Amino acid sequence: MQDKVWSALKERDMERGPRPDASGSVWENWRMALDSNGVAWLTLDKKDASANTLSEDVMRELDGILAGLERNPPKGLVIRSAKESGFIAGADINQFKGVTDAEAVKAALRFGHAVVDRLEALPVPTIAVIHGYCLGGGLEIALACKYRIARNDASLGFPEILLGLHPGLGGTARATTLIDPVEAMTMMLTGKSVHAKKAKALGLVDAVTEERHIATAVAAVVKGEIPSAHQGLRARVFDLGPTRALLAKRMRAEADKKAPPAHYPAPGALIDLWENFGGDRRRMKQEEIESFARLLLTDTAQNLIRVFFLREHLKSLAVKGTPPAHVHVIGAGVMGGDIAAWCAWRGMNVTLADMKAEPLGKAVKRAAELYGKIGHSSIAIRDALDRLVPDLHGDGVKGADIVIEAVPENADLKHRIYADVQARMKPGAILATNTSSIPLETLRAGLLHPDRFVGLHFFNPVSRMQLIEVVAHDGVGEDALKAARSFAGHLDRLPASVKSAPGFLVNRALTPYLLGAMLMLGEGTPKETIDAAATQFGMPVGPIELADQVGLDICLEVGEMLKRELDQPMPEAPAFLREKVKAGDLGRKTGQGLYPWKDGQAVKASDTPPPSPEMADRLILPLLNTCVAILREGVAPDEETIDGGMIFGTGFAPFRGGPLAYARARGFESVKQALEALQAKYGERFRPDPGWDTLS
Amino acid sequence: MILGCVNVIADEQNPARVAALRLGMGAAMTAFTVQINCGSGMQSIDTAFRTIREGSADLILAGGTEALSHSPLILREAAVEWFAALSSAKGAVAKAKVLANFRPDFAVPVIGLERGLTDPVVDLNMGQTAEIVAHLFDISRLQADEYAVESHRRLARAQAEGYLANEVVPAFARDGTVYEQDNGVRPDSSVEKLAQLKPAFEKPWGKVTPGNSSQITDGASWVILASEKAVKEHGLQPIAVIRDSEWSALDPSIMGLGPVLCSSTLMKRHRLSLDDIALWELNEAFAAQVLACLAAFEDEDFCRRVLGWEGAVGRIDRDRLNVDGGAISLGHPVGTSGNRIVLHLVNAMRRLNLKRGIATECIGGGQGGAMLIEIV
Repeated sequence: MQDKVWSALKERDMERGPRPDASGSVWENWRMALDSNGVAWLTLDKKDASANTLSEDVMRELDGILAGLERNPPKGLVIRSAKESGFIAGADINQFKGVTDAEAVKAALRFGHAVVDRLEALPVPTIAVIHGYCLGGGLEIALACKYRIARNDASLGFPEILLGLHPGLGGTARATTLIDPVEAMTMMLTGKSVHAKKAKALGLVDAVTEERHIATAVAAVVKGEIPSAHQGLRARVFDLGPTRALLAKRMRAEADKKAPPAHYPAPGALIDLWENFGGDRRRMKQEEIESFARLLLTDTAQNLIRVFFLREHLKSLAVKGTPPAHVHVIGAGVMGGDIAAWCAWRGMNVTLADMKAEPLGKAVKRAAELYGKIGHSSIAIRDALDRLVPDLHGDGVKGADIVIEAVPENADLKHRIYADVQARMKPGAILATNTSSIPLETLRAGLLHPDRFVGLHFFNPVSRMQLIEVVAHDGVGEDALKAARSFAGHLDRLPASVKSAPGFLVNRALTPYLLGAMLMLGEGTPKETIDAAATQFGMPVGPIELADQVGLDICLEVGEMLKRELDQPMPEAPAFLREKVKAGDLGRKTGQGLYPWKDGQAVKASDTPPPSPEMADRLILPLLNTCVAILREGVAPDEETIDGGMIFGTGFAPFRGGPLAYARARGFESVKQALEALQAKYGERFRPDPGWDTLS
Repeated sequence: MILGCVNVIADEQNPARVAALRLGMGAAMTAFTVQINCGSGMQSIDTAFRTIREGSADLILAGGTEALSHSPLILREAAVEWFAALSSAKGAVAKAKVLANFRPDFAVPVIGLERGLTDPVVDLNMGQTAEIVAHLFDISRLQADEYAVESHRRLARAQAEGYLANEVVPAFARDGTVYEQDNGVRPDSSVEKLAQLKPAFEKPWGKVTPGNSSQITDGASWVILASEKAVKEHGLQPIAVIRDSEWSALDPSIMGLGPVLCSSTLMKRHRLSLDDIALWELNEAFAAQVLACLAAFEDEDFCRRVLGWEGAVGRIDRDRLNVDGGAISLGHPVGTSGNRIVLHLVNAMRRLNLKRGIATECIGGGQGGAMLIEIV
């Protein structure tokens, strides 16, 4: 809720402790001052950054500060962040990019360990005061303090595993000895954060309170009024090797299911570390350094770090600015309804228009179900539902900052809707279409303000797919594109800028992959075998299962549209696919597609033969080839957009860094030769795109 | 923002402010709730009207709401005392002693709604007051039942013809159910069917039955009031003006006659005869009570002695009264109805191309409210 009174006072809410004296700080990133109880408040405010990360200079300054405190110990030491958003986001990942020298990595880690050990050894009560995020290295710093006080909004986690790593500042040893090691390992293996309340229950923090009680809580800790969380009896049991071996076996089985060790070595390395050295804290810390350095140099970690930066890159394109106050969505089908629900969840007022009440009712129901799953409080759920207003008469158009059309793919229908709404729209408002297949040049014909017309192509399910294709056309204005990208950012989505060309980026690149799989199926290869070829390559689901998920009708429609619109050789959709669609066996949504579906899961046979080595190439290389064509034609502006788009829009094997990064790693020339070999064997659709020759 | 509400639930002590915030009107929006029993929804309009006229505001959202399905169950007083004794008893023995005093009827709650519909001063249920006015003006059971059947017929027609399309906003439940219109209407109702119902309040000879009384329902209604300045500033399309309003009071045991007092005063003040009032909305609390009001307008003796008119006010043609049904068929969410009848009067007059009308209701506790409306 916007309120100027609260906004004016908000600054006062944060307990920053005593003010440092006016002479200024000798450090660039830290500030320190003593309070009236003689407790030193050490505040991290990383220079020129919106979030605190543990860059080398931050650690070096901390080392110097700790040395000073050793000489002149205060009554206690508080560490907290001056950034509004959170405590410490973790290591500075820039440091990890492209590293090749294992010895240099180990030297840096040893220094980091020494600083953290120094903090741990400080002979006074040390208290981490945690608000917002407290991640990775940030949590490891907090764990080296004797006490942790969390504000209610704190969220603590070890996301290193998502980068193909594990904690590297002693966190593996400290977390597994502070709390139940199974819980600690689960946190580190899944990368999932825990909220303040759960953290308290786990013993990860000693107290949870509101901002307004932090100073009192700190004073209470220094006076010894709060018992420190300490290693309980249960944790001691895990000092015994056999117990750990038993549990490690179970963890390995669980981890293997989620991330195949061949592609993702970090979970296995973490489990080994704990199983072998979990009984010896000092040794475990040493071995953590060795293991971390090994992992950091793997292709997997380097590619996942690339994915991290791809995300940052796309995020940075979603320029900040005020979010639209009011979004009007036209069409309460699955896509329109889910877009509206997501916008409302993200805090925008939404009118969802449809001429019929029934689809609006269904959209509200789906929204309520979604909020029930992702919402932590009944108040937040109520508020989001309040913001989502069904609109039978299209009244919302008048007040909307952005109008999103999500009606069926019919150009005449869309034209009629635009003619109706454009006269009623607010001056300056954006008109967006969620079309996936109609050229925007066709749709913008006849618009009063084509410069404010853009494509916003969402993916299904909207609440989970991170990508939005922001589609330009020849008459669009830069302001509208900027507003569309900003809107994506406010929706916590990543915008991929693409030009209006058939299939844009994601559908176009995916179609040859899906149709190729259909051809293999037509040749008699079992569908389970085809899917296994793709998942062994690293795709999250195989192409046959994916086609069933998307809907065979939609696959067929997009395939035919692309074949019609593009002069790129594309396989003909096989007859059996048409028959399936004709019979109404459309995939998951009808319970029967190429697979039978039960409870939202494809029912697969288990006795099918393993895929041949060539199969993955037959599936993946046409996808790479299309990505190269997309780059050459300028449909997407750069490799980052294509790799990011395919990873965040389709789940393309993240540990391979994206389709073009994979091609680069394999060698462009070698990929081209493989395509040529397939072309000789299977025909024109494998003909390498001319774009391969210009890539370097 | 002003909201009328009678039965405020414990979770939302000032429903107007809760509604203002949940509607997204912003933290700086002042909002208060008004309560004058069955006239609350009209009271909100009246207060808004007077505030704007006074010049203290230019744009006010005025509504009425009621969630009678959320009406609380109340513990009997003896049960409350027992709970209090139990919680203050120290030690197991003392507690056990108090526990032993438990009587089974402590567990039987009093329905809050029932208490709300009983006048505490004269100790009469609202249905009983309808029995009294029916008796005083000689309204028969058959007449009341006929009136009720007609109410259902009129509402069914209004719903079918789409007369309410621009007035009733569908409600969407979290489970996806869409409530497109009020569902209390019984188009197949008949005098024969209603004749079989037993009296609800005064057995065995009473005339007031569940079939010829208003239905207890949930509902809400809103209208926007604006000054001339606000109309220009926001480009609003006015649909009607409020000419005047009036509140009257009388003995609570004949509260059903309230509308006769306030409406006739309004007419007198503006020198209007019945011919000048093209349309009436007279809230259908009870069929017998509506008919008693009509009879009172026609009663020369009553009009002379009570209203101070020279003769009978006159006969209100049924074609000009509650033309699209009312609380008997649609429901009577108490805090809402006063607001709804004003809004519906406006919409009905616009549809029928009429100029001037009165919306009026009887108010439990012995009052009546009326509003004189003109179409612009």
